[in-house]
Amino acid sequence: MPKYAMVIDQRRCVACMACVVSCKKENEVPPEHFRTRVLEMVEGEFPKLRMELRSELCNHCDNPPCVANCPTGASYKREEDGLVLLKKYRCVGCKACLAACPYDARYINPDKGFADKCTFCEHRIKEGKEPACVATCIGKSRIFGDMDDAKSPVRVALQGAHAEVLLKHAGTQPRVYYIKKFSKPE
Amino acid sequence: MAIDLTRRKFLKISGAATVGATVALNLPDNFLLWAEEAGLVKATYVPTYCEICFWKCGAIAKVINGRVVKLEGNPAHPNSRGKLCARGSGGMGLLYDPDRIKTPLIREGKRGEGKYRKASWEEALAMVAEKMNKIKQKYGPQSMALFSHGCPTDHFLPLFSAYGSQNIGMPSFAQCRGPRDVGFELTFGENPGSPERVDMVNSKVVVLLGSHLGENMHNSQVQDFSEAVSRGAKFIVADPRFSIAAGKAHTWLPIRPGTDMALLLAWTNIIIKEGLYDKEYVHSHTNGFRELAASVREYTPEWAEQETDIPAAQIIETARLIGKNAPAVCIHPGRHTTWYGDDVQRTRAIAILTALLGSWGRPGGIFLATNATMPKLPAKPYPVIPTPPLNRGDFKFAGAEGVTQVIRTATLTGKPYPIKGWFVSGTNLMKALPNQQATLDAINKLDLLVVVDVMPYDTAMLADVILPECSYLERHDTLVVGKGKMMNVSIRQPVVPPLYESKPAWWIAKELAKRVGAGEYFPWNTYEDKMKSQCALWGVNYEELKNKGVVAFPDTAAPYFTATNPPEFKTESKKIELYSKELKEAGFDPLPRYVKHPQPAAGQFRLLYGRSPVHTFSRTTNNPELHELYPENEVWVNSKQAKALGLKNGDYAVLVNQDGVKSSKVRVKATERIREDSVYLVHGFGTTSKELKRAYRRGADDQGLVTRYAVDPICGSTGMRVNFVKLVKEA
Repeated sequence: MPKYAMVIDQRRCVACMACVVSCKKENEVPPEHFRTRVLEMVEGEFPKLRMELRSELCNHCDNPPCVANCPTGASYKREEDGLVLLKKYRCVGCKACLAACPYDARYINPDKGFADKCTFCEHRIKEGKEPACVATCIGKSRIFGDMDDAKSPVRVALQGAHAEVLLKHAGTQPRVYYIKKFSKPE
Repeated sequence: MAIDLTRRKFLKISGAATVGATVALNLPDNFLLWAEEAGLVKATYVPTYCEICFWKCGAIAKVINGRVVKLEGNPAHPNSRGKLCARGSGGMGLLYDPDRIKTPLIREGKRGEGKYRKASWEEALAMVAEKMNKIKQKYGPQSMALFSHGCPTDHFLPLFSAYGSQNIGMPSFAQCRGPRDVGFELTFGENPGSPERVDMVNSKVVVLLGSHLGENMHNSQVQDFSEAVSRGAKFIVADPRFSIAAGKAHTWLPIRPGTDMALLLAWTNIIIKEGLYDKEYVHSHTNGFRELAASVREYTPEWAEQETDIPAAQIIETARLIGKNAPAVCIHPGRHTTWYGDDVQRTRAIAILTALLGSWGRPGGIFLATNATMPKLPAKPYPVIPTPPLNRGDFKFAGAEGVTQVIRTATLTGKPYPIKGWFVSGTNLMKALPNQQATLDAINKLDLLVVVDVMPYDTAMLADVILPECSYLERHDTLVVGKGKMMNVSIRQPVVPPLYESKPAWWIAKELAKRVGAGEYFPWNTYEDKMKSQCALWGVNYEELKNKGVVAFPDTAAPYFTATNPPEFKTESKKIELYSKELKEAGFDPLPRYVKHPQPAAGQFRLLYGRSPVHTFSRTTNNPELHELYPENEVWVNSKQAKALGLKNGDYAVLVNQDGVKSSKVRVKATERIREDSVYLVHGFGTTSKELKRAYRRGADDQGLVTRYAVDPICGSTGMRVNFVKLVKEA
């Protein structure tokens, strides 16, 4: 049973948006909606500045509030690999999941009325491919794999690196890890 | 249930008829993806190379029922390595843009009025040929000029050579890479190539002067950039703006614009003075070290501090960082280097520093191009023209790509002889050349302006005849012989048939050639015939190339100097020319020297411009996939200055330049990320073409504000960072 996860090595990200477009085309995300985004944040005053580039997407939480708050059972956590997915035919578009998700990862498909979000490209993983955003990531900042496999790229990336998750205190137990700083001192 | 209905509908369609292009085009992409997943249709994957920019990345198109649903990088291709940038991934936005030029068009109204009537190819080609023949009769063939960029050049250049004109102008020289190539050629005997042969993945220190890699999205180079950052290479980034690259840097030097030369010369001085240069390399391979050492002595760090606004201590510290890590230091040669008019000399200073560090031909510096070449197909020699071309002006060191604005000036003045026709393809001259009014005035003097393009950009909307080229996803183009670390050959082939009445450039060139008496120079029926002959000559299996998209020749790699690959320089002296005798003899400074450039007066800002990773100049501003991410540019202004002007983030403002030219309104980005003396725009926005329905007048056109330019006397390139603007709040 794989335990899929993603690592975002923020040192390598250049905010080029290749992931964003690739995701949109792979998953036919409707106009003005996105399953992933890249934030550019700068702190400090000229010329003492610090920049953070952060890709955000569904965290495929192990304690997913979207699933807990779904009244119809449309949102679910798949047992075999831990992906947080959605049975579209059960979704009534009530937006409870949108409100519950602290990561702003979901949207309502404007044509069809159901909620939608990142699936870690479940259809590609099935074929042995990486998620579209990972496959095209120019900086190899996005890394995907199985947390239970010591040789998988995610485990290798996390080894010896300081990684964080977003909104740890929310108790969602996310499966997207962020590497911010160099692991070894210069 | 919705899904069942769709499925039934699909089965009905596919059962009723063989699924033709018209049917397929009406099916939404999400339906096709679903149908594929449900096992109802099969996707095909066609390799080709991209032309959303000019990096020529190998791409693979996923096609379902005749529709391109996804574009991905070709893992075998060295420029993409399995990855495409946002623009490449959004390439089908060009293919399916409803604003495309669909048929040949002939102008009906006045020039610039935008009134056209549809014409048949036969009529349009006949009209262009007739006018070209008339110009040839009346003024001579050199009175037709070709402006081009990218792959169309490979087809129209032979047409022009056969027709009898060598007056070509590619903005890629005088408005972009020209001075850099010339500066390196004068020093090393060759230029750093495109893709630039920067060995960043092996560098310990990388210096970027204004190169905003990451925002300047050149696929494999940005991959190398991230790899270098991740491996712990120390980046020194000199940029008036806190770019993405600056955000990754070991040291960001927020340099005063126009003073990069002072920084380079001070670094050179320190590295020589402290003996940090590679003595053995300099002794064996260079000329003129003593003269160089003497000439940089005056450029002290204290002096440079005054010029650059960078503390002397920081200049010394970075010089040592560079010197102590040599030769694994890459001083990036830059790409768009037409800044201040002394640009050849600035890139000479970069080349000289590279030589002092012994970085040329060494790991972590600038690696060497493969010497391998491919033979040319035997061809009929082109006619010899008695009238010499005028496209290099008086610039002794101008490159073969020509100096665009020299042709413009000749068009305006009729001297040394008249230019009466322009043939434009793959470049939007109105957005590429400085001083738009001069371009417009020149165009108004023409007997013929033909534009071949996919989209109705600004320049197309001034043309007498517009010929619709099909997009790169619908055509064959030249086989690209790539020369990075090793030689490789890539193919572009149609992944879907051409839409509307659009035609590939090779076909347009061949058909025109027939009509101007040059048909014999295109002795093949289809472009594929030509490519097959080339492959046969080169020993490349054409079918394999078609299936894989790229064929590499690993045994052609020789990236570094070794015992079996000894240093060899293609200069006159066979050595690296720190001191340039060639320049001296032509009346220029043989060694780079600091020239002070004017700085903005109070209340003015220097206008800087650059790139967004999701756009290629003006070419992608109307692409629906990319427009969504960045629909209009914003003017970056330092937050203190913004506050003083009463401007907040998101307000609209206009820019007014020193000559009173006003931009269209543009949103303000008040930020700490830029110096107080400069403003910044992403290039290519604010189109005046109403036919680009999404992009029309969105954002500000930086080129419209570049009314002044500083011509480099060595190679004729136009320095365009010499304009000053005021920022005025728009009510």
